[in-house]
Amino acid sequence: MSDIPGDLRYTKSHEWVRQENDGTLTVGITDHAQESLGDLVFIELPDAGRAVEVGEECAVVESVKAASDLYSPVSGEVVAVNEALSDSPELGNQSPYEDGWILRIRPADSAAFENLLDADAYREVVEAES
Amino acid sequence: MPFIPHTEDDVRAMLGAIGADDIEALFDEIPAELRSRELNLPPALNEMQVSRLMMERAARDGAPLNFIGAGAYEHHIPAAVWEIATRGEFYSAYTPYQAEASQGTLQVIYEFQSMMTALTAMDVSNASLYDGASALAEACLMAVRGNRRAKSGRILMPATLNPVYRRVADTICRHQHISQVLVPYCTDCGATLPDALKRYEGEDIAAVVVSQPNFFGMLEDVDAITDWAHAQGALVIAVVNPVSLALLKPPGKWGERGADIVCGEGQPLGAPLSSGGPYFGFMCCTQGLVRQMPGRIVGRTVDLDGNPGYTLTLQPREQHIRRSKATSNICTNQGLVVTAATVHMALLGPEGLERVAAASHANARALVARLTAIDGVEAVFRGPYFHEAVLRLQRPVADVLERLAERGLFGGYALTRDYPELGEALLVCATETKTDDDLERYAGALTEVMQERSPAPATV
Repeated sequence: MSDIPGDLRYTKSHEWVRQENDGTLTVGITDHAQESLGDLVFIELPDAGRAVEVGEECAVVESVKAASDLYSPVSGEVVAVNEALSDSPELGNQSPYEDGWILRIRPADSAAFENLLDADAYREVVEAES
Repeated sequence: MPFIPHTEDDVRAMLGAIGADDIEALFDEIPAELRSRELNLPPALNEMQVSRLMMERAARDGAPLNFIGAGAYEHHIPAAVWEIATRGEFYSAYTPYQAEASQGTLQVIYEFQSMMTALTAMDVSNASLYDGASALAEACLMAVRGNRRAKSGRILMPATLNPVYRRVADTICRHQHISQVLVPYCTDCGATLPDALKRYEGEDIAAVVVSQPNFFGMLEDVDAITDWAHAQGALVIAVVNPVSLALLKPPGKWGERGADIVCGEGQPLGAPLSSGGPYFGFMCCTQGLVRQMPGRIVGRTVDLDGNPGYTLTLQPREQHIRRSKATSNICTNQGLVVTAATVHMALLGPEGLERVAAASHANARALVARLTAIDGVEAVFRGPYFHEAVLRLQRPVADVLERLAERGLFGGYALTRDYPELGEALLVCATETKTDDDLERYAGALTEVMQERSPAPATV
């Protein structure tokens, strides 16, 4: 069973979201997602400053066998991207919830985080898929 | 095993399974006005009859002395090229999905890519595209994807680019929100003046296309155009003749930073003119754009035992995996013609290719000198050119070409339709295949034709 930390929120499309102290949201792909994709070889990052809508494709995660879109879990503005992934995409495999974070969004609606799936709800999503 | 893939019974069974009455029903969705009318074909002929018919038709062409270039070029092809390329191991070349069974094919493509990057001074090459014009269209799509600064999808297209390429690129790109802006040329030098670009300064431009040599055979100021484009945040798409690169500065070295995408027609590298095909397109780019590149790329790697091996790489962006989100609809390459090109380049080597380019250039200069010595024939542009040049005639070009053809000569490509502003202009080409006698024969024939009485009575 893959790792699903209890302090994060999730989406049905396998993104995780962490609320930072300054109100921004850090986004990455879950342990389950990186396991399904296999070895990550490239992550195409958006430019910081880009406005995104909830559900909008905002990054591409490419593994040896697939290229998948990352969907923005909330509407807002991309305020930072994880540049370390450009040289070391494998961080997404090794440390999906820490070093492998993908981007940080300032949400347009500060309550948006609360509407995301919690760990139990996401576990059900993963179990329903297997 | 029969060569017929399915019998009448198979067809009926398949139609039954999907609930269609006949094959026509499968095309229902295509609006009637777009469907071709019934083909009016004669009854089928057998192999002997078809061979006879084709031989007779081929004989009608004769063996004219050819001075037409305009995008397809007659070069000597060593006999070994197609002897090797049509060996059974290469002849059935198809996209080598199965690396363990296709090492030879994969290595040929890898060698081809290595040669193209050496010729263009770019980081990476793909395994080829269909032809030069569609390669440019793919380059435009790629530039718009790859240039995240530009939002407009506008591409500056020089009027000196092969008009067919412009039309093909427009057909493929216009429904994808990409528009072309035509940049006029200097009527004195037949090239794009960097000054002509100034009016677009500060505008949102995704890419600037540079054709070297250009359609008139003239050399563009590639360094200045490249630097200007980069200063505007635009990418540079180079459209080049691969043979010319043996003499000219490679696109990877243009200006301060070099071109971003290089494409062109591969036919001059070992493919005969052959009524227009099959040819192949090539495409190279910088490392930074490699994930936006369409088509196949073969990589060299090591297997579990540490032995070198070859395999397709960067496939997750392709159509068979990424479906509608793929970088391109192009999912294959021109395997056989690329094999011939690889053998051709290997046999010639860098020195041989350089000699071909130098001999072509020298012959073109000699041809222009001989022809412009004739009364009523003048060079249209001043400046350096590769192996083609534009002449203006004091008689209608179409008429002159017809009279030359009667003498067994293809005198060049009439520019009257695409460039009416140039008057009775003719694009002539001489490659290394032309001897002094050939040039003399053309000059003699053109002298006669120019002196002939015009069909219409001349006004005195």
